[in-house]
Amino acid sequence: MLSSTADHLYWMARSMERAENTARMLDVTYRMSLLKHAAAEPHHEWRAMLSISGLHEDFEARYPEPSAENVVQFMALDEKNPGSIYNSLFGARENARAVRGSVTSEMWEALNHTWLEMRRIHGEGIAEGGGSPFFEWVKERSHLSRGIAHGTLLRDDTFRFLRLGTFFERADNTARILDVKYHILLPSLSDIGGAADYYQWGALLRSVSAFESYRKVYRDLITPKRVAELLILRPDMPRSLTTCMNEVNRLLQEINGPRAGELLRRCGLLHGELRFGSIDDIVARGLHEYLSEFLERIYDLGDLINTTYFWSTDE
Amino acid sequence: MKPAYDEMLDASGKVRPSYQGFADWLASTPADVIARKREEADIAFHRVGITFAVYGEDAGQERLIPFDIVPRIIPAQEWQLLADGLRQRVKALNAFLHDVYHGQEIIKAGRIPAAQILLNSQFREEMVGVDVPERIYCHIAGVDLVRAGEGEYYVLEDNLRTPSGVSYMLEDRRMMMRLFPELFARQAIAAVEHYPDLLLNNLRSVAPAGVANPNVVVLTPGQFNSAYFEHAFLAQQMGVELVDGNDLFVRGDMVFMRTTQGPLRVDVIYRRIDDDFLDPRAFRKDSMLGVPGLFSAYRAGNVTLANAVGTGIADDKAIYVHVPEMIRFYCGEEPILSNVPTWELSKPKDREHVLAHLAELVVKEVHGSGGYGMLVGPTASRAEIELFREKIVAAPQKYIAQPTLALSTCPTYVENGVAPRHVDLRPYVLSGKEITLVPGGLTRVALKEGSLVVNSSQGGGTKDTWVLEQ
Repeated sequence: MLSSTADHLYWMARSMERAENTARMLDVTYRMSLLKHAAAEPHHEWRAMLSISGLHEDFEARYPEPSAENVVQFMALDEKNPGSIYNSLFGARENARAVRGSVTSEMWEALNHTWLEMRRIHGEGIAEGGGSPFFEWVKERSHLSRGIAHGTLLRDDTFRFLRLGTFFERADNTARILDVKYHILLPSLSDIGGAADYYQWGALLRSVSAFESYRKVYRDLITPKRVAELLILRPDMPRSLTTCMNEVNRLLQEINGPRAGELLRRCGLLHGELRFGSIDDIVARGLHEYLSEFLERIYDLGDLINTTYFWSTDE
Repeated sequence: MKPAYDEMLDASGKVRPSYQGFADWLASTPADVIARKREEADIAFHRVGITFAVYGEDAGQERLIPFDIVPRIIPAQEWQLLADGLRQRVKALNAFLHDVYHGQEIIKAGRIPAAQILLNSQFREEMVGVDVPERIYCHIAGVDLVRAGEGEYYVLEDNLRTPSGVSYMLEDRRMMMRLFPELFARQAIAAVEHYPDLLLNNLRSVAPAGVANPNVVVLTPGQFNSAYFEHAFLAQQMGVELVDGNDLFVRGDMVFMRTTQGPLRVDVIYRRIDDDFLDPRAFRKDSMLGVPGLFSAYRAGNVTLANAVGTGIADDKAIYVHVPEMIRFYCGEEPILSNVPTWELSKPKDREHVLAHLAELVVKEVHGSGGYGMLVGPTASRAEIELFREKIVAAPQKYIAQPTLALSTCPTYVENGVAPRHVDLRPYVLSGKEITLVPGGLTRVALKEGSLVVNSSQGGGTKDTWVLEQ
């Protein structure tokens, strides 16, 4: 496959996944902000939301305060914010446009339609009282595009690079959510118990569609440690780090190629550590330290994917 | 001007035999059904995104090329004549291209003045002595034909560089079959859908010698080009990669494409980039679209470019007047298809005549294309005519003039029902080991009443073109 095609496919999927994750985080943050007793300071949750995305500086330069309205405007609709849902959907569509010939017409039409609809919503604005219907819509469009990929694409490298983008972005996102929620909402792992826990952790689980799964898996109280275990190590959780790296590792092995040696080695190492890791070890080491290192390592892997498949300099 | 020949109705208003089947269907189909189908076509074209970008006034916008549901129908016998004529013409043009870049026998024989070829800006010095596979230069030609007067055909232009529009031919057919399947069941209409197969075969047949399984790619200037849709469409239909300049590189006079599995050798490039932009080392230095070193690899015979570099010398409007002579010279035959009578404004006598009759004539730039920069005397204002007069006097060699042909008309849906509109026809002729073409081509229609300019950039639309099988 052409390097440039693979590059577009990968970013098409990443952009769509990013739009979905941003919608998920905005939705759950909005719900959490309604729990007055949980707020240590005004706009606490919204600040946390901004630091998850690493966009707080950009935000502060242009908005007076991190109110619900401002952050939703910034993260959902702001044309100047490269990480907004608006720009993620635009990116997904532009990347799809560049490789129209390589994907099915259903795939292109779905992404094109999503973008046209996004532009309309952008003009009208999100209704007051939170953007839940809008966030639901973003999630549905993301589900749809993944479903179309599954239902219509030949299982060749086109499909693999798409999936690679999806799981890479998802791993990055799950790690960020966990890190920030732990760090900001609950500095110490011993601060457990009480109704606040139920709501805070419940909201976090809901943001990654894991609330019901938690109940099924643990059949017990929600505790921070188990939440961490579920979202880091459980191979049956579709958004856990282990699941994401399982997929990334398998996809990279299938794509392979003459220059993939170092990439496969490093990916296999990270994958192995997750697969055979234990939550006690992770907690003993420090969850924040663990997640920061994980983010750094997948960032490096992303670079390596770039030079291995997209922008080699071997002429 | 005499009334134009109508494709569907004869002079007495009777339906011609070739249109009888369609006319019967039209008479028996309620108007609201047709209106609904026309809407359906519009929506479908938008959804698929068959659009083109426009230069000039509304630059940067994407527009839909209007599609008209009344087909242009060509009787079998008439097509046979056209097909023979096109084969003959393209064969001669390829022979001419080989000759001007090698022995230049046609100049030596005194059939075409040396200056017209050698001093022409379209003549590529770099191509002299370069051998190309099968001696084919023009692998894809889009020859514009028009019908005038009593119904006789003329060749208006031989488009031998990067002719476009074939995707509309294919999409128009797909749309007609989807909207009106019953029409295709009623009569035998020659298929055109295998064009991408013929094109791929044709491209593979001209691969460099010794390449068993040639890797063919389509080279596009990029997604902001007006014909990008067509480039992507053809690549997809042929099942080959669509590349832009950044996807290719040259090493050791060989062309490679960058793939996820490392560099992969490229053998045949169906390029939709003009000569000037192909290779910044050989042609325009500022080109960001091309591939550095490509021309050197081409000269070395390690890659085939379709069309070849330098074909512009054969479809230049100053050379056009000599095509009948080329056919006699290279094929030893009389031309089957006629040229439109043409005045060369570099000749004082021709110029004098043209300047005295500007209001009746069509004046075109020698190197222009796409309907830009031309004067249609009968519909032009006095001021426009005077402006052109100045341009001609200032640089007469840049222009030719032709009589205003009464292009044939075809019934077409317009705002207030069906009315005759002028049409032309662009069949696509493929040359490789042999010459092939699908029956028919792209019919373009000038939607403005009385307009003779069918180019999509000037408000033209398209129609499905049917060649009847008997």
